[in-house]
Amino acid sequence: MPSTVKQPDRRILDHFLVPKHRILSLEEAVEVLNKLGIKPWQLPRISVNDPVIRLLGGKPGDIVEIVRNSPTAGEYVTYRVVVSY
Amino acid sequence: MPKRSRREPRNEQGIELGEKLKAKLEAAKSMLPPKLYEELYEKISKGTDLTMEQKIEAVERTVRRYVESMVQPGEPVGVTAAQSIGEPGTQMTLRTFHYAGLMEFDVTLGLPRLIEIVDAKHEPSTPLMRIYLEDKYANDLEKAKEIARSIEYTTIGNVINSVDYTLGDRTLVVRLDPEMMEDRGVTVDMVVEALERLKLGDVEKGEENTVLLHVSESVLPDESLTDLRAYEDIKNKIIKGYVKGIKGIRRAVIQERTDDKTGKREYVIVAEGSNLSEVMKIDGVDITRIDTNNIYEIAETLGIEAARNAIIREIMDVLQNSGLDVDIRHVMLVADLMTWTGKVRQIGRLGVVGEKPSVLARAAFEVTVNQLYEAAVKGEEERFAGVTESIIAGLPPRVGTGIVLLSLGVNALKSPSQLSQAEGAQQ
Repeated sequence: MPSTVKQPDRRILDHFLVPKHRILSLEEAVEVLNKLGIKPWQLPRISVNDPVIRLLGGKPGDIVEIVRNSPTAGEYVTYRVVVSY
Repeated sequence: MPKRSRREPRNEQGIELGEKLKAKLEAAKSMLPPKLYEELYEKISKGTDLTMEQKIEAVERTVRRYVESMVQPGEPVGVTAAQSIGEPGTQMTLRTFHYAGLMEFDVTLGLPRLIEIVDAKHEPSTPLMRIYLEDKYANDLEKAKEIARSIEYTTIGNVINSVDYTLGDRTLVVRLDPEMMEDRGVTVDMVVEALERLKLGDVEKGEENTVLLHVSESVLPDESLTDLRAYEDIKNKIIKGYVKGIKGIRRAVIQERTDDKTGKREYVIVAEGSNLSEVMKIDGVDITRIDTNNIYEIAETLGIEAARNAIIREIMDVLQNSGLDVDIRHVMLVADLMTWTGKVRQIGRLGVVGEKPSVLARAAFEVTVNQLYEAAVKGEEERFAGVTESIIAGLPPRVGTGIVLLSLGVNALKSPSQLSQAEGAQQ
C-alpha cells in the first residue's frame, strides 16, 4: 500500500462495536486450520482494506482471530482470512 | 438417585464427591460457552440446599441439555431464520413511526427500516448519529454546545434573510438574520469569509447586518448586467456557500442522558445526518462510543466486524420496537451471511442471492428470464448442489437427513433366518 494513504485512527480499535482482532502467526494459523479441519478459503473473509486490518498490518492470506462478544455465548472466538479485495 | 432422607456424606466421602464435582465442572467448562458455564458455576457454588450428588447430577444434565439443543448437521438454519423473522414481520406496521419523547427527530422504524437494513442501503432514510463527549467534557454544556455548533452543516442561506440586487448594479446586498446567526453560532466575519471563499468579487461589511458583495467583472461581464438569470445564478451560489460544519450533518441537538447502570449524567449530541469519519476527527468527541445508524459508514470506518455488530443491533432494535420477540441467533445468522465476504452485501438480487452459483436458484428468486438468458450466453453449468435447484429438478435436496449419503444394503432388510438361508443357498 502506498505510504501516502492515511492510516485509520488507532482509537477505533477501542470502539464498542469493534471486537478484538489478532493476526495469527503461521504456526497458530496451521494449528487452527487443523483443529477445524478446513482450508483457508473455507473461512469467512476480511478485506486488506478493512480499517482494523490496516491498523494491524495484515496481508492477504493471513488468518485473523476475532473474539466476539456474543449475547448468547458470552465470548466467541471466530476466524477470518484476509483477502486482497 | 440420592434421597432427601440420606444424611450428608461423611467427610472422606465428601472430599471424594467434591473431587468428582470439580472434575465434572472442568469437563463442563470445555463443553459449554463461557456465559453458560459461569451461570452454572455460580448456581452450583451458591446452591447450599443441594447435596453433592445432586450438584453432580445438575452439572451432568446441563451439559446434556446443551448438547441436545445444539444445531444438528444438515439442519436448514437459513430457512428457520427466514421463517422466524418473516412471520413476525408480517405483523409489522408499514407506517413510519416517530420516536416518542424525542420529538425533534423522525426515525424510520418498522418494516421500512428492516428492509433498509437487509437491502444494505448506502444511506438510511433517516440517518442519525449519537455523539458522546470525552469524560472530561461529559458534564460541560458549553463544550457540548460548541461541538454541536461546529458540526452542523451551515450554508450562507441558513443565516440570511435575503440577497437583494438591482439589475445593472454590480453590488449585491446580503441581508443577515441575527437570530439565525446566534442560533447557529455564526459571526458576521464568518459570513464575510465564506463569501470571499466563493471568489465572486470583493466583500465588504455594510450597515445594519448587511454584507455587500461587489461582483467582479470576470464573473458578471458587462453584457450580463441586464440578464436576470446571471444574477439569479450568483444568488444561488451565495445561498449554497459553505460557512462551517460537516457535510451530511443537518442538525445537532444536545440531550442530557443518565446511564441506567451507573446513574451518571452526561450530555450527548444527537445529530440528524451522519458522517462518521469526519465527526471522529473532532476534538473532544469520544471515539469509542460514537454511534450511527448508517451501517455502510460503520463498515468503511470501523471495519466489517463492527458492521456485523451494527446489523445485529439495528435489526434487533427494530424488532423489539415493534414488540416482536425474535431470537437473536436468527438475526446473527442474517448478519453473518451479509458480512462473511468482508463486504456488506444486501439480501437480494444484487447481493447474497445474486451471487449464488446455481443458475436455477437465482432464476427462482427474481428476474427469471434475464438470469436464464445471461446464464445461457455465458454457458453456465448447473450442478444441482443447493436446495432450491434440487427442488426444481425433483432431486432430494441436500438438507436435513438428505445430507447423509448412506444407503442400506439389501441384506440388511432381510431377517436373520432369511440371511442364514441365503448363505446356505449360496454354499
